[in-house]
Amino acid sequence: MSARRIVLTSGKGGVGKTTATANLGAALAKRGKRVILVDADIGLRNLDLVLGLEKRIVFDLVEVVEGRCQLRQALIKDKRFQSLAILPAAQTRDKTAVSETQFAEVVAGLDELCDYVLIDCPAGIEHGFRNAVAGAAEAIVVTTPEVSAIRDADRVIGKLNERGLPIRLIVNRIRPDMVRTGDMMSVDDVVDILGVKLLGMIPDDEEVIDTTNRGEPIVLVPDSHLGEIFEKIARRLEGENVAFTTLTAPGFFGRLFGQRKAG
Amino acid sequence: MIEFFRKLFAPEQSGATARERLRLVLLSDHLSLAPDVVESLRADLIAVISKYVEVDEANCDVSFEQQDRAVAVLANIPILAMRSRTPPSSPPGAPPASPPHSPDPPPSMGDPIGAAYAVADGGESGGSAAVAPPPSPAPRKRRRRRRASGNPAPAPG
Amino acid sequence: MRELQEDPAPGSSSAPRRRGRAIVVTSGKGGVGKTTTTANLGTALALTGAAVALIDADVGLRNLDIVLGLEARVRNHVLDVLEGRVTLDDALVTDKRVPTLRLLAAAQTREKDDVDTEAMRALVDSLRDRFDYVLIDCPAGIEKGFTNAIGGADEAIIVCTPEVAAVRDADRVVGLLGNRTSIKLIVNRLRPDLVRRGKMLSVDDVNAILRLPLLGVIADEPGVIISTNKGEPLVLDDASATGAAYRAIAGRIAGTDTSTPEIPLPPTLFQKLGSFFGGRR
Repeated sequence: MSARRIVLTSGKGGVGKTTATANLGAALAKRGKRVILVDADIGLRNLDLVLGLEKRIVFDLVEVVEGRCQLRQALIKDKRFQSLAILPAAQTRDKTAVSETQFAEVVAGLDELCDYVLIDCPAGIEHGFRNAVAGAAEAIVVTTPEVSAIRDADRVIGKLNERGLPIRLIVNRIRPDMVRTGDMMSVDDVVDILGVKLLGMIPDDEEVIDTTNRGEPIVLVPDSHLGEIFEKIARRLEGENVAFTTLTAPGFFGRLFGQRKAG
Repeated sequence: MIEFFRKLFAPEQSGATARERLRLVLLSDHLSLAPDVVESLRADLIAVISKYVEVDEANCDVSFEQQDRAVAVLANIPILAMRSRTPPSSPPGAPPASPPHSPDPPPSMGDPIGAAYAVADGGESGGSAAVAPPPSPAPRKRRRRRRASGNPAPAPG
Repeated sequence: MRELQEDPAPGSSSAPRRRGRAIVVTSGKGGVGKTTTTANLGTALALTGAAVALIDADVGLRNLDIVLGLEARVRNHVLDVLEGRVTLDDALVTDKRVPTLRLLAAAQTREKDDVDTEAMRALVDSLRDRFDYVLIDCPAGIEKGFTNAIGGADEAIIVCTPEVAAVRDADRVVGLLGNRTSIKLIVNRLRPDLVRRGKMLSVDDVNAILRLPLLGVIADEPGVIISTNKGEPLVLDDASATGAAYRAIAGRIAGTDTSTPEIPLPPTLFQKLGSFFGGRR
C-alpha cells in the first residue's frame, strides 16, 4: 500500500507548521508507523533544527534532485524512534532549484519506504508552496486564532481547493484565558470562518520553545500535555474518533506561578 | 464622553471585533478572487438595467468595495438614452407617460446622461440589491456610490 | 522639525521635495512581528510629524492593511500603480488617526512574481522624494517577495525572536542583504521569565550570532493580539509598554533618542497580581 502524502501549510509564517510536522510525525512514529518528514523550505530549512538532527545532515533534497546522491543516502534516521526519518532541505540554494515535477518525483520515490510522508511547507504561496503541494495528496492547514493568520489560511485553502486536495485544520497557539475574556477568537470561530474540518487544537505552551531549543520532540517529554495532544491528533489522522481536549484557562495560582497547562 | 460610557457598559471585546473585520475582509478577498462571478454579475446587471435604459455596454464597470460595515458592489453603468416607451398615438420625441422617478424630459439620443448606481449591501441586511433613480442630466460620466434610499441624486456641477 | 501643517498633504505631488529614508523591515522567518513592527514604527514616526509611507510588499498575502485597521479604506494597490492603472496619489491610503501616515497596500489576488523588481525600486525611490520615511514590510522567506522588498531600501531592520529557527533565518537574511547603509536588529517577543529560567535565548545569545546594532527589545505581550484584533497599533495606546518600546525605537531611528535599548525584566509577583486583576498588560 502506498504512503499517505500530507502537506502541512499555512500561508502565514510562524504559526507552527514545522513544530507540528515534527511532532505529528514523531507521534505517528511512536505508534509504530513508518514516517518520513520532508523539509520543503529550501534556503531556510528548520525541520532538522527542530528535531535536533542538524549536525547529521550530509545530503539534502536538492542533491537528490540533481542526482548527486541516492534518495536513501539523504534520509536521516531519527534514532529515538523505530521508524522516523527526515529528508532535509538545502540551506544554500533557493526554492527555484527544484521544480514542482521534480519535487513530486522525489516524494513519489519515498512511497515504498514509509506509511506517511509529511511535507513541511514554507510560508507563502509562491514557488516553495507550489512545490510542497505538488508532492501531496492531502493537506493540513495550520493557523492561529489571529486575524492575519486566518486571512492567510483562507487564501491557502482557496489554492488547495483549486488543486482538489482534502483539507483539515489545526488551530495552534490558543490561549484559553484570552478566549474566555473575549480577547481571542475561539476555535469555533476559526472553524466557522474557514469552513474546514478540525483535526486538532493546540494551546500556546512555553514548552515548545524549550523543546525546540533542545531539538527534542514534545512527544518524548514525559507527562507533556502538548505531547498528549499531538498523539491524539495522530490518532485522528489515522481515522480514530478521538474527543478533543477541553482547553481550560489556568486558575489564579496557575497564572501567578507561570503555569499554562491545558486542561 | 459617550465613547467612555459605551466602553464601560457594552465594551466590544476585541475577539468579536476581529471576527467581524475578518468576515468583511474575507468576503472582499473572495469576491476579488472570483472573476467569473464578477463577470456574471456584470452581465446580469447590464441586462437588468438595459430593460429600462440603453447602456454603453463597453464602458460598464463592476467592482467591489469594502466599506465600514459591509462590502458593496459598485456598478458604473453609463446611460446613453431612455428606452422609448411612448404609446403609439404620442408624437415622436415627446416624453413618455411619466414614471414616478423621472422628473426631466429625456435627452436626445447619444448624450451620456450619467451613471445609474447599484449598491448591494453584503452586510446585515442580507444582500438586497437596489437601483437608484437616474440622476438629472449631466454632461459627463461620473462615478458615485450610495445606498439606494429613494433620495434624488444631487444636481451635477 | 518640518512645518507639515503648512505643507500640502504629505506625500502629494505638490509637497516640497525631500529625500527620505527607505527602510525594509525583514526577518526571513515568518511570524516574528515584521508587519506589527512596520505598522507601529511607521505610526510612531508619523506621530512625531514626519511624513511616512508604508508599503506592504506581501503580494497575495497582504496584512499590513488589516494590522493598521485600514483594510476598509484600501481601494488600489502597488500593482495598480506599477501597471499604470492608477496614480500613486490615488493608491495611498490615509489614516484618520495619524494625518502624516500613508499606506500603499499589496495586491491580494496577484502573485509576487507579478512584481517587477526594478519598477518596485523606482517606486520606492519616487516615494523617497515625497516622504521622510518609506518603510517596506517584507514578506517571510527569501524568494521573489524578499528581493522585491529589499530593492529600493538603503537600510534594513531585522526583526528576530529569541528562538533558534528565527535566529538562523535572520542570519541567512543578513547575508543576503549584502551592503546596506545600515542593518539593525529588533528582538521581539522576548519572555524575560523564560530567559531567566534558561528556557529561552537571551538578547545577548541572539546578538552573539547576528552581531548587529540593537535598536530595541520588545517583550511578548497579549496586547499585541488584541491590537491586531482591533486594528489599532499599540503606539496609539499611551499605557502600552510595547507601544512605548516602539516609540523609543522610532526615536532611535530618527536620531532623537540616544538611549541604549532596555532589556525588559521578568515581571515581579506584584506586577503579575496587578495584571491578573487589571486586565491584560
